[in-house]
Amino acid sequence: MTRRAVARTLVYLSLVAATLVVLLPLGVVLLTSLKSETEMAEGGGALSLPDDPLNFHNYVSAFEGGEMLSAFGNTAVILLFSIGGTVLIGSMTAYAIDRFTFRFKKVVVALFLVAALVPGVTTQVATFQIVNSFGMFDSLWAPIVLYMGTDIVSIYIFLQFVRSIPISLDEAARLDGAGAFTIYRKIIFPLLRPAIATVVIVKGITVYNDFYIPFLYLPSEDLGVISTSLFRFKGPYAAHWETISAGAVLVILPTLIVFLSLQRFIYNGFMRGATR
Amino acid sequence: MADVTEKAAFRTGPGAATAPARPPARAPRRARLRRGVTPWLFLIAPLALLITFTYAPIANMAAYSLTDWDGVSPELHYTGVGNYTEIFTREDLFRVFFVSGYYLAASAVQIVAALYFATVLSFDVRFRNFFKGVLFFPYLINGVAIGFVFLYFFQDGGTLDSVLGLFGYHSDHAWLGTPVSANTSLAGVSVWRYMGVNFVLFLGAIQSIPGELYEAAELDGANRWQQFRHIIAPGIKPVVTLTVILSISGSLSAFEIPYIMTGGATGTETFVIQTLNLAFRFNKTGLASAAAIVLLLIILLVTWVQRRLVPDDRVDLV
Repeated sequence: MTRRAVARTLVYLSLVAATLVVLLPLGVVLLTSLKSETEMAEGGGALSLPDDPLNFHNYVSAFEGGEMLSAFGNTAVILLFSIGGTVLIGSMTAYAIDRFTFRFKKVVVALFLVAALVPGVTTQVATFQIVNSFGMFDSLWAPIVLYMGTDIVSIYIFLQFVRSIPISLDEAARLDGAGAFTIYRKIIFPLLRPAIATVVIVKGITVYNDFYIPFLYLPSEDLGVISTSLFRFKGPYAAHWETISAGAVLVILPTLIVFLSLQRFIYNGFMRGATR
Repeated sequence: MADVTEKAAFRTGPGAATAPARPPARAPRRARLRRGVTPWLFLIAPLALLITFTYAPIANMAAYSLTDWDGVSPELHYTGVGNYTEIFTREDLFRVFFVSGYYLAASAVQIVAALYFATVLSFDVRFRNFFKGVLFFPYLINGVAIGFVFLYFFQDGGTLDSVLGLFGYHSDHAWLGTPVSANTSLAGVSVWRYMGVNFVLFLGAIQSIPGELYEAAELDGANRWQQFRHIIAPGIKPVVTLTVILSISGSLSAFEIPYIMTGGATGTETFVIQTLNLAFRFNKTGLASAAAIVLLLIILLVTWVQRRLVPDDRVDLV
């Protein structure tokens, strides 16, 4: 029995240690974001508590100086369009692949399957030329179209759900004279609600966090998104860790709120996406 | 891009074209024609996007990789496989593969840690959801924010130095100052960031093992280690194999953390950073394309090996 107790203690110790490893770097950044410039200069050490725990001065300067408002705005626009597009495209593709037999179906499926393996960042070497030739460089359309067009994970998620909708529903509707589009719009799409929720969350977090596509395609300062605007802190605030920290906290906070409120969906969604 | 529209047009074609080939009665024929076209109406937009932004770039890259194109000038010369030989023979270009070694080693650590925590938390533990959430959360954080958090962490007099100071260890070691130390630190950050997703995957696999198995084992007097060895391990083998394979391609395409934190300085340049620098900083589109094709081929090869090793039925589409 004592051996069990020792083992239990060790297990809890390891869990507490892991928690510290995860939370300490984040916690210190939170502390730093609340310190004033003079406090930083005095060098009280990274772990020291801020004199005034309600000193939000750095947040104001990060928010204003870092153009975070326009960054959140741009991110919101990109999120809205790319998620909407992804939901439409993913559900349509899943419906077509699951409910119809047609020539070259195997080829189409293989095209989507192989595309899932292509590392997105590297193909930007040539994707850039194409996006540029469409005149979408340095416009919000570039990331929107790229996020919409190359998301295979959501197609998988939709496919799993479409498959679970009984075909008898389609057939009943068809007997009532409904065409394929009506069936998609009136039967399949509404029943896909759980899948849509999953895709919205997974895609939303992925797009919110994406760095390289906006970095490459949106060089203009007023087209900064969350990631790129925060990345630009590196120059002007190079030595001002209190401002950079405030910026980082501002970016992490929405994610934390979403995570805490939608935990279950998030675990399920990312598990589905990862085991594709 | 004429190519794409042509392909899309071609794809709507066959369904329509085949219907008249077999002439049944009149009404069914029209119905069949409509049924032949319908799926393509749903697929036009997705396929057009897929081909334009995934396959056309790959085809272009394959073509560029055989030239010395700089990405802007109208002039380009065919150089054969010159770019490919350059990647594998120029030492400064080949070096990036050694950096992948750090990330590969880190993935090993990451998988072992994820396995440990998944096993531990699959048993009855207090605050289980709290620990699960804490371990998973880093995976959701914005990469740039993580980069800054850890730049401060490794900074001179930053978080790490302060924590070590608490234990009486004072050093002025520049954690990101030498190639070995910098790469180890960056690989450590990637473990911090990605361990949670492996952990949640493993945990899900373990929890899908029916509970009676443990009860039966407990009745037979099996201890925790024996339960892991004979019930858990076989149950999660497919997921672990999948994760191992994904880690290999993940290590090769490591990018965000080193790019944001060091920009590839002090010997931390990875394959992807190098490729993008070649393309967008040094205007060597030809050489960069060859590098991208090499990475693509390696990843396809690794995936092919994975499909051989784990013939899982969950993965197939049709």
